[in-house]
Amino acid sequence: MSSASVSPPIVKPRSLSCPNCGAPIELRGFAHTLNAVCPNCLSVLDATSPELQILQKYHSKHRANPAIPLGTKGTLAGVQYQVIGFQVREVHVDGDTFSWDEYLLFNPYKGFRYLSAYQGHWNFIKPLSALPIEVRSIGKPSVQMLGRNYVGFDTVTAKTSFVLGEFPWQVRVGDSALVQDYIAPPYMLSSESTNEEVTWSLGEYITGDQLWKAFQLSDKPPGAAGIFANQPSPVQGKAGSAWRTWLWLNVALATIAFVFSLFSANRNVFDNSYVFVPGTKAEASFVTPTIELTGRPSNVEVAVHTDLINNWAYFNFALINDETGQAFDFGREVSYYREDGETEGKQNDSVIIPRVPSGRYYLRVEPEMDTKPGTAIMRYDLSLRRDVPRYTFFWIAALLLLIPPIVTSIRSASFEAARWRESDYAPAGSSGGDD
Amino acid sequence: MSAPVANCPNCGAPVAFRWSSAVQTTCEFCHSILVRTDVDLKKVGEVADLPQDASPIQIGTEGVYQNKAFVVIGRIIYEYEQGGWNEWHLVYNDSSNGWLSDAQLEYDLSWAAKPTEAMPPQQNIQRGNQFAWNNRTYTATSLTKAHYKGVQGELPFEYWDKADLLFADLRTPDGEFATIDYSEDPPLLFLGRAVEFDELHFKNLRLFEGWS
Repeated sequence: MSSASVSPPIVKPRSLSCPNCGAPIELRGFAHTLNAVCPNCLSVLDATSPELQILQKYHSKHRANPAIPLGTKGTLAGVQYQVIGFQVREVHVDGDTFSWDEYLLFNPYKGFRYLSAYQGHWNFIKPLSALPIEVRSIGKPSVQMLGRNYVGFDTVTAKTSFVLGEFPWQVRVGDSALVQDYIAPPYMLSSESTNEEVTWSLGEYITGDQLWKAFQLSDKPPGAAGIFANQPSPVQGKAGSAWRTWLWLNVALATIAFVFSLFSANRNVFDNSYVFVPGTKAEASFVTPTIELTGRPSNVEVAVHTDLINNWAYFNFALINDETGQAFDFGREVSYYREDGETEGKQNDSVIIPRVPSGRYYLRVEPEMDTKPGTAIMRYDLSLRRDVPRYTFFWIAALLLLIPPIVTSIRSASFEAARWRESDYAPAGSSGGDD
Repeated sequence: MSAPVANCPNCGAPVAFRWSSAVQTTCEFCHSILVRTDVDLKKVGEVADLPQDASPIQIGTEGVYQNKAFVVIGRIIYEYEQGGWNEWHLVYNDSSNGWLSDAQLEYDLSWAAKPTEAMPPQQNIQRGNQFAWNNRTYTATSLTKAHYKGVQGELPFEYWDKADLLFADLRTPDGEFATIDYSEDPPLLFLGRAVEFDELHFKNLRLFEGWS
């Protein structure tokens, strides 16, 4: 094509002199810049008029310093941006003033983006072309955009208290807009309403460290205080997955316990019934016939079933190896009382003797009861089982497995509680903005 | 794709049309606004100096949208009290035409559309009004009174005056875009969608000092 209609090959930035104080002003936003602020006297100038009409003079002594200096270039989401504007905005809540910083980022092809900074918490923000839809809901209001739900967090009237740099729109100290924030951490949807228009933007939480790296700043970013509205929880979504893991581990544990039980012989090796008459002069102790215990060294369960009512008995037992004389001595007390529908104790008892080697054994039994006259006789059964499956380990394991999901759930809940304390929709008893 | 069809009736420079359906163009040399007649070109006015502008797009910029190549052949510059925007006139490789608006580097592609329901008269339309076209619900998000600040290159219609006109921008939850242009009666409807810069695969853009 011919050359006449082509704009100059390279668009050059402009520089101006402040009509108020004469200081040089470098413009970085090319012809996009509508208003520019003199870095020296902080007058707001109309950058489009040849005579640089002064739109607003700055009277306060207060100067805010951007943590990321104007003119700094950095790469975010793969695109290079230059910081060209800075403003401090504040809100008044119950007599307190809270302020945050907003940076205007510019790329001559990709357009404008924003950074917001509040107490060391940052958001990288882009203007939105899609229009979020309000969702009717009980409780917190919410909006939906491109399939994601954003929950209402707060509504504030933001007032511009300080401006620096340049802007592609009309900017004045004292401008105010109604700002509504909706969150889906790490994202935040915000609407800004003035009398003229409503604009939407989408922010994504970014740490100071990430930003300082992106902008290659040599100092340290300001430390982050507290928990910010759309700050991602360190355990976001992890409570649910911890519980899912817990469920699967329990299934695995139950499977192992089941397989374990299959490999237990759990064999009845002795069963007999006896009668004990208290107060008899005769020697009360006796021995059972020999019992064959086979297989690997394993446990033996000795169970006693009595017909005691409002009475007690004590059993001295010894499981004795017929060949080696090795003895396992133990004693059990059984007592059962019943009165006015209330009961105490049990008629039955059992004990497990661990690691009994195979061999021929007999059980020596010596029952004792109250010797006072009139005590009823006792009928009882003795039974022995070899290699009974034990589940104690599994119950302990199941309890230990509960610890991670419970800890994660508590951490998650306390993080979310801290987040929502700063919201307009804070639960009763804590009010947003008090701390 | 450009063939000279005539000479500028004002200065005699050759005037080429990239798009056979163009109705108007501007002389690249003397900035006369030229309207095509059956036989030759007629000068209907002169473009004032174009305002300073920092759009990265220029006449001759090429791009591809959804595998359809286009070239920028003209533009209208609109101005309103809060600034201005460019409507770049595009011709696609199938000879259809469309528009690319660049408002502070936010880009929307659009095409003239036939409204399927009556358009709201301009005294009635308000922000928040909803309209259904092509099975989509569009919500009016901004009403802007703007005027032509300048024209450049080939356009599908004749130069209009500089009185303020009303434009209603409408959007959908999935990024679709519509403009109602009240320069005619009944008003014109343009439908399209918001696009990211990278979606258009531009070539032959303007260059900015300090940026690559």
